[in-house]
Amino acid sequence: MVALPDTRPDSDTTRDQRMWLERVPAQYWVLGILLLIIPSFASDFVMFQIMGWTYILGLIALSLMFLGGYGGMVSLAQMTFAGFAGYLVAIFGDSAISGISQGWPWFVTIPLALLLTMLFATLVGWLAVRTEGIYTIMITLAIAAAFFYFTRQNYDIFNGFQGFNSVLPPQLFGVDWRGPEAFYYLTLFWAVAGYAGVLYVGRAPFGLALQGVRDNPRRMAALGYNVTAHRVAAYAFAGLIAGVGGILLTWQSAQISPGTVGIQPAIDILVIAVIGGLRHPIGAFIGAFIYVLLKTFAVDVLVALGLSGERFQLLIGLGFLIIVFWSPDGLLGLWDKLRESRRRDPLTGRRGE
Amino acid sequence: MRQFARHHPIWTGLLAIVVAVLLWAIFAVWPAALEDAIGRKKLFLNALFNGITLGGLYFLVASGFTLIFGLMRNVNLAHGSLYLLGGYVGYFAADITGFWLLAFPIAFLVVAFFGVMLQILVFRRIEGQDLRQTLVTLGISIVVADLMLWGFGGDFYNISPPSWLSGPMTTFFVTAVRSSGEPVYMTYPLVRIVIFIASVVVGVAMWLALNKTRIGMMIRAGVDDRDMLSATGARIQIVFVGVFAFGAGLAGIAGVVGGTFQSIAPGEDIRFLLASLVVVIVGGMGSIPGAALGALLIGLAEQFGSVYFPTYAVVLTFLIMVVVLAFRPQGLLGKA
Repeated sequence: MVALPDTRPDSDTTRDQRMWLERVPAQYWVLGILLLIIPSFASDFVMFQIMGWTYILGLIALSLMFLGGYGGMVSLAQMTFAGFAGYLVAIFGDSAISGISQGWPWFVTIPLALLLTMLFATLVGWLAVRTEGIYTIMITLAIAAAFFYFTRQNYDIFNGFQGFNSVLPPQLFGVDWRGPEAFYYLTLFWAVAGYAGVLYVGRAPFGLALQGVRDNPRRMAALGYNVTAHRVAAYAFAGLIAGVGGILLTWQSAQISPGTVGIQPAIDILVIAVIGGLRHPIGAFIGAFIYVLLKTFAVDVLVALGLSGERFQLLIGLGFLIIVFWSPDGLLGLWDKLRESRRRDPLTGRRGE
Repeated sequence: MRQFARHHPIWTGLLAIVVAVLLWAIFAVWPAALEDAIGRKKLFLNALFNGITLGGLYFLVASGFTLIFGLMRNVNLAHGSLYLLGGYVGYFAADITGFWLLAFPIAFLVVAFFGVMLQILVFRRIEGQDLRQTLVTLGISIVVADLMLWGFGGDFYNISPPSWLSGPMTTFFVTAVRSSGEPVYMTYPLVRIVIFIASVVVGVAMWLALNKTRIGMMIRAGVDDRDMLSATGARIQIVFVGVFAFGAGLAGIAGVVGGTFQSIAPGEDIRFLLASLVVVIVGGMGSIPGAALGALLIGLAEQFGSVYFPTYAVVLTFLIMVVVLAFRPQGLLGKA
């Protein structure tokens, strides 16, 4: 393509000359300010359990969204990466299991845990990209199951069925990072960082090439891109995001055990990402928010309806089923459909089809 | 076979050695040094038999899965739920009627009916969309698992075989020799052997039906090129429904077998879904002989693993899968 000289003095060129701060859309300002002032009126429970958990699950689902939405690879191993990072923090850092935990300082533990998680994700990715579509789902599901059984059986490193407890965040700058407010801002920071990171990488050359690989791997290969390398690198990046989420998750519950990395949690992450929508990073957080609300309050609602609170899984499953059956793009897809149907045609004044 | 030997002389030689060692280990009386090194022969033979019979069970579950995938490219992650449903139906059928054998046709019919419903109501609406099929069947399996937990509770159900099948049977394998020179023969539960033979019969019948009959020809043509087959006038939707019903029914039968072998409980659906996934990945998607080979390998690996290195027995099966994937992504007998 030949780049035509842009002679139109239209909004596109003028908009680019504005400060980057001014280019942030209004919705972001509203949402950002709302999220920042939540601690001023919300209870500790809402901050720590609901919002904190939403950000953490959103981060892990975000890593799946990155792989699935930009890379076209749906991996069920994201919870495994998250749990791996959580385990490593417990093993290298401090926990109640002093026989295994090394007690290294946080500035060694956390980078090392994230690095090893990326390495692990790269290995899994290298294995998974040898397959396509459905096979990827099945292989990552099998890897997640293998990791779950391994941690449950291994007592030397992973402390078996019990796992590790009292895994606490470091007391940095004299702040207790597990306090509700501090933890809220900590998780919010990482959620925003992950969100912005995914958006940025999605528009960077690597992300664009990855989307090209998703849409047509043969053409990208013919253009000289290394398809496998892009896919594996996507796994590594997603592993990093999931790792951050996993460390935060471990700190939030102050423990990590095989139950955290089981098959059910792995599927839950997929459910979260799909409910929200795989097309845009915000979908992961929307899905996580709905999931957390359901998980927290569904029992009360079910009991109020006269059903046993144990039927929570049924509610989640039905909601998931309805969404994937009628709107494959999740809630974001529903939102787009709604906007599409409300939009008036400027010439005829008619509503869209 | 001969072609394989000509193309891969080294692999053939290695395989022949392995088979020879296995045959010797099965039939010979073990010298004392060997028994000291890896345990008694009885242990080995038991692991071998358990592995083979477990492989038979895995084959029953996985063959339906691989058949459905091979023909329709439908990934049915609710296959484990069909297995569990078959187990429950079989339990109640055997309990109410009092005939163990009656549990098999009833479970087959009920689960096949569910399979047909699944094919007509779900898969036909989202044909050709792999990811959505996976997600929808995953959702179905979550819902069905919870409904079954609701209906049948969290208890373990055990289908007891009839009296003429229960009890051990003396085989002609010598496990040891008494000091008096009298050989000790191995005993093994009769019901397991019968069920294994039945699954071999099912497998052979399936292979014959696929390769020697008209319907089998249609199915094979459908596997290779679905559109072309329907263009020649074959009623492909009927073939689809039939294969789906048969594959689901096999899962139901496997549920009865699993309930007799082991027990039926919530969570078994995921276990058998995973097992059939690993089996078909190892054996090759859509291939019946591949499913048989994969099931045998995984069953043996699980049993030998649990005898000789019990801690990591489950991990061993996944290790096999990883190795197969790394060197032969399409599976041992899969088409490239």
